[in-house]
Amino acid sequence: MTNNTFSEISIQTADFSMANEVALLEQNNAVDGAIVTFTGRVRNHNNGKNVSGLTLEHYPGMTEKSLTKIIAIAKTRWDIGRVKVIHRFGELNIGEQIVFVGVTSKHRHDAYAANEFIMDYLKVQAPFWKKERTEQGEAWLDAKTADNTKAKKW
Amino acid sequence: MIKVVFFAALREQLECSELSLSSKNITTVADLKNQLASKNQQWQTLFNNTSLLSAVNHEMVDNEQHLKSGDEVAFFPPVTGG
Repeated sequence: MTNNTFSEISIQTADFSMANEVALLEQNNAVDGAIVTFTGRVRNHNNGKNVSGLTLEHYPGMTEKSLTKIIAIAKTRWDIGRVKVIHRFGELNIGEQIVFVGVTSKHRHDAYAANEFIMDYLKVQAPFWKKERTEQGEAWLDAKTADNTKAKKW
Repeated sequence: MIKVVFFAALREQLECSELSLSSKNITTVADLKNQLASKNQQWQTLFNNTSLLSAVNHEMVDNEQHLKSGDEVAFFPPVTGG
């Protein structure tokens, strides 16, 4: 039930409001009884170090293409309605929101599964890179093998 | 010409975000990597790293992917978004 004006992907530096995003997923959408949302935030610790913030880099053009593909696959695998993916880039401080994934569906199972699938694939395929700021200085994060394992389970 | 772009840790280590190369003598991504690796010892180490990912015109590809003039090729480390 996605209408043509509903923008599914936003790559932005600005923060977002989860309440606004949920309202847009619900607006004129009486067919879907379920909404599942995920929000990822900047943690204050990682690998035993105190983190003061992150810098996120991405590959404009490929990022949107990669997310479009992930959403299209999710739509073939589950009976879902609307999808919204927001990912921020640039400088982010502790506690700030990084990523939002919202999925609607008629029944909860499809929205739960599709939401997790989109996040798991975003983590291993969308061209984003995190650089962490700690007391020891700045360092690019290494990819986790656990993330690859999770994506492969689908 | 082939446009080549680099991201994240790789971009910083190369001290280069993009360059253009003649597509002559370059048939595949592997050929392009070999040509970039021939620049100096550091570039050789970085382009021989098997965890390096490649994309052509915004799609992930492997080393066998064919290239043509006008393509945009990207090299970057494994992604860490989300």
